[in-house]
Amino acid sequence: MEEVVFFAGAIGALGGAIAVVALRNPFYSVLALVVHLVALAGLFLTLHAEFIAAAQVVVYAGAVMVLYVFVAAYVGGVEEPEWEPITGQKYMAPILAVALFVELSIAILGTGLKAIGDEGPTIPLGFGSPESIGTLMLERFLIAFEAASILLLIAAVGAVVLAARKREGGTPAEREAQNASEEVAGFGG
Amino acid sequence: MAVEWYLVLSALLFATGAAGVLLRRSPLVVLLCLELMLNAGNLALLAFARSTGTEDGHVFALVVMVVAACEVVVGLGLIVAMFRRRLPLNVDELRGLKG
Repeated sequence: MEEVVFFAGAIGALGGAIAVVALRNPFYSVLALVVHLVALAGLFLTLHAEFIAAAQVVVYAGAVMVLYVFVAAYVGGVEEPEWEPITGQKYMAPILAVALFVELSIAILGTGLKAIGDEGPTIPLGFGSPESIGTLMLERFLIAFEAASILLLIAAVGAVVLAARKREGGTPAEREAQNASEEVAGFGG
Repeated sequence: MAVEWYLVLSALLFATGAAGVLLRRSPLVVLLCLELMLNAGNLALLAFARSTGTEDGHVFALVVMVVAACEVVVGLGLIVAMFRRRLPLNVDELRGLKG
C-alpha cells in the first residue's frame, strides 16, 4: 500500500516538476507547480509529517501559488526570447542536470549511513503532529522560530517598498512615465 | 519504503529544478524552479527525520518554507517593479545593479 502511494506521489511530483520546466506559458507553469506541491504533500504524509503536509497545502499550494498566479496574470504572456547567451545552452543544461542527478545519487547510494536502506525506527504516536512540532518550536528551536518571524516581517516590508507606487516626489516627466506604465499594466493584465 | 527511495526522488527533483534555472529566461519561471529545488530539499529533510525517528527535520522543513515564502515575496516584488519600469523580463538582459 505504501509503495503505491509513494510511486503515485513520485510520478505526480516529477511530472509536475518537468511540466514547470517544459511548459512555455508561465501561467501553466504555475499550475503545474500546484500539482507538484500537492503530490509532494502526499509524499510528506507517507513520511508521517502530517503537520508539514498540511502547511504545504495551505501555505504553499494555497497562498504562495495565488501570489504567483496574480503576478503571472499581471505581467501577462511575455514570450521568452530564443536568443542564447551561451551557444548550445539548450542542450548543455539538461546534460548538466543529469550529471548533477548522477552525482547526487552516487553520494546517496554510496553513503555509509546504516539506516539509509530501511524504513527507519518505529515512531511514537503523535510523530509529526502539530502538538509535538509546536512544543519543539517553542522550546528547543525558539531562536530559529523568532528569527524566521523577523525574516518574514522584513520580507513583507521589503516587498511593499519594492512594488509600491511612488505617489510623491520625482519630476513630472517621471510621474508621466509612471502613469503610462500603469496604463500599460492595466491593459496587459 | 526505504529512505533511499525518497532521497533519490529528492535528487531527481532537485536536478529538474536546476535544469529549469539553467534553461528558462523568464524570471517568474526561474523563481518557480527555485521553489522546486527548495521543495526537493524539504523532501530530503523529512526523509532523514523519518529515518532517524526525530522531529528536528520537521522544524528545519518549516524554516525552509518560511525562507521560500520570503524569497517569493521579494522576487515577485522585483518582477512587478521591473514590469512597471518597462525593463525586459529576461534574466540575461538584467545584468546591472544600479539604485
